[in-house]
Amino acid sequence: MSNTTQANVSTGSTTAVSRPHSILAEYTTPADLMHAAEVVRDAGYKYWDVYSPFPIHGMDDAMGLGDSKVGYFTFIGGCTGFTAGMTMIWWMSQYDYPIVVGGKPLFSPLYAFPVSYEMTILLSAFGTLFGMAFLNKLPRWYNPLFKNKRFHAGAQNDKFFIAIEVTDPRYSETETRKLLESTGGKHIEQVEE
Amino acid sequence: MASEAVISNGLPKIQAPPAEIEREPLVHNNRSLAWITEQVASVAEGKTPKWWWPAFIVSFSGMLMMFTMIAYLISTGVGVWGLNQPSAWAWDITNFVFWIGIGHAGTLISAVLFLLRQKWRTSINRAAEAMTIFAVVCAGIFPVVHTGRVWFATLPGYLIPFPNSNGIWPQFRSPLLWDVFAVSTYATVSTLFWYTGLVPDLAVMRDRAKTKLRKFCYGLFALGWSGSNRNWSNYEKAYLILAGLSTPLVLSVHSIVSFDFAVSQLPGWHATIFPPYFVAGAIFSGFGMVLSLMLPLRSLCKLEDLITVRHVELMCKVLLATGSIVGYAYIMEFFIAWYGGNPYELDVFIKNRAADPWIFGPMFKVDPAPYWWAYWAMMSCNVIIPHLFWFKKVRTNMWIVWVLAALVNVGMWFERFNIIVTSLHRDFLPSNWGMFSPTWVDILTFAGSFALFMTLFLLFMKFLPVIAISEVKGVTPQADPHHPLGGARGGHH
Repeated sequence: MSNTTQANVSTGSTTAVSRPHSILAEYTTPADLMHAAEVVRDAGYKYWDVYSPFPIHGMDDAMGLGDSKVGYFTFIGGCTGFTAGMTMIWWMSQYDYPIVVGGKPLFSPLYAFPVSYEMTILLSAFGTLFGMAFLNKLPRWYNPLFKNKRFHAGAQNDKFFIAIEVTDPRYSETETRKLLESTGGKHIEQVEE
Repeated sequence: MASEAVISNGLPKIQAPPAEIEREPLVHNNRSLAWITEQVASVAEGKTPKWWWPAFIVSFSGMLMMFTMIAYLISTGVGVWGLNQPSAWAWDITNFVFWIGIGHAGTLISAVLFLLRQKWRTSINRAAEAMTIFAVVCAGIFPVVHTGRVWFATLPGYLIPFPNSNGIWPQFRSPLLWDVFAVSTYATVSTLFWYTGLVPDLAVMRDRAKTKLRKFCYGLFALGWSGSNRNWSNYEKAYLILAGLSTPLVLSVHSIVSFDFAVSQLPGWHATIFPPYFVAGAIFSGFGMVLSLMLPLRSLCKLEDLITVRHVELMCKVLLATGSIVGYAYIMEFFIAWYGGNPYELDVFIKNRAADPWIFGPMFKVDPAPYWWAYWAMMSCNVIIPHLFWFKKVRTNMWIVWVLAALVNVGMWFERFNIIVTSLHRDFLPSNWGMFSPTWVDILTFAGSFALFMTLFLLFMKFLPVIAISEVKGVTPQADPHHPLGGARGGHH
């Protein structure tokens, strides 16, 4: 492994044909990553992200992210499930083909509850998973970062990264690199589209 | 290589807190993050271990045997089982409740312990969730095939609301139908939860994959996961919500299974204690199965640093706690049978279950119950055995724990057999009395369900990470930005 930052810096910017996607810096500990994230946040960047092999407690604040919106999808799923369950049972048992069994009422929300309850949970779970996938833009078939060797070897293993996209209004090839260097980022490289 | 790297990143030595206030670490020997990746992922990579093939061949043949038995059952009729009047339910539904109960421990570990912030769950939850799904697969087979004419049970609408030529719909007033929805929801949500947990680990496998095929398969199911914090933020919220949804779900599933019995009017079944008693029993049996699987797994796959003795001890304590609840329920059920003043109810308990030839039979001056041995097998395995876990010597001896956990499963199978057969085999009139004994088809089908379970579990360990890599990393000190091992330099925050 090369410890010189310089050696890796050159790899990105030499090829002229491809467009740059982002600038990537590597960190060795979650604490370094978190401090760096705070610096990038305070510098006012918008299109950037940090990458870690596990969720880091407190990173949402360090990045200045708000609360996740997944819960809304869960709620919509749950409401749909409960309504669908109750309506389905009412429609089948009272409306479409009413049969009296054991003198029990054709429809009662009480006997319809267990099934509707299960349907609530079922559709809430689907809402949660699909909501999460939607918010995270998953499945994602292509990610320029995956082409980077260090990212490929470390991001899911034991290394930590910050990537700032070139589309960010504050991005500047020299200033952004300096900022990442000042946070202790190593192996700062440009990643191509 | 990786096993040598003790503390990653060459950080300065840290001041350890005093030994007496330090909790035992969840990952032993201070393993590095890379070591965790390597150790867990390598189980599903590289050469198949020697023991895997014989185990797989035996399980796979057993599974084929089960499918043969089911084909025989369907082509001939449910008469190939030992069912009769009055015992129209026996091993089929016993096996169903047994397997569905096993599943509950997986959800308890993945969801309830997550909500309770029990960090030790991280090294066992993946395999326990897999166990849940496979147990539900085994469970699902029995109620479907016990209808005999399975094509009526599935497609044209006895179970699933499916528009059929008679225009008729399922009977939503029956707990049996509630059960269909409970079990299918449980299977689906467990799978979603398991898959959600797998996504980051599939990304680990994807980035480590050496062949094109593996890259493609893991990459496809990893959905392009990058580990970005904007993704983790939504992911963690989704995981928390799924845990919050699975908790009421798991409690409802075995409650609804117990309604299959409790809502009927049959003495021995018609009991209000059933829902909580079934849920506790389910968790009890499930932890028994988790231990039965984890103990061989940790030693065969060299995961002792991740599934530590402390993990085993904690699981034994859960067995002790849930076993005590189950024991309380047995005794309370018996007490209410007497206190309720219904002679039929008390007869089920004394004359059909508890009256053994030597102590209780002579004490109550009744003939021995035909199934007294089943009742006392249940009582000794579920009420007495778990109390051995009070002793640390027992909890820390892996061989003893394995044997006791297996006995818990024996006991829990007998519990369901007792509930079903001893309540059914003597109807209100002695002219309706009869005994149940299993046929060879009953026995081979049940044995085959274990083979199916093991086949699925062996395939799981062959291809997927058996331990939740990202979650285990998350509970190590190296992952904590406020811990010196996580790079904290003190003073800040």
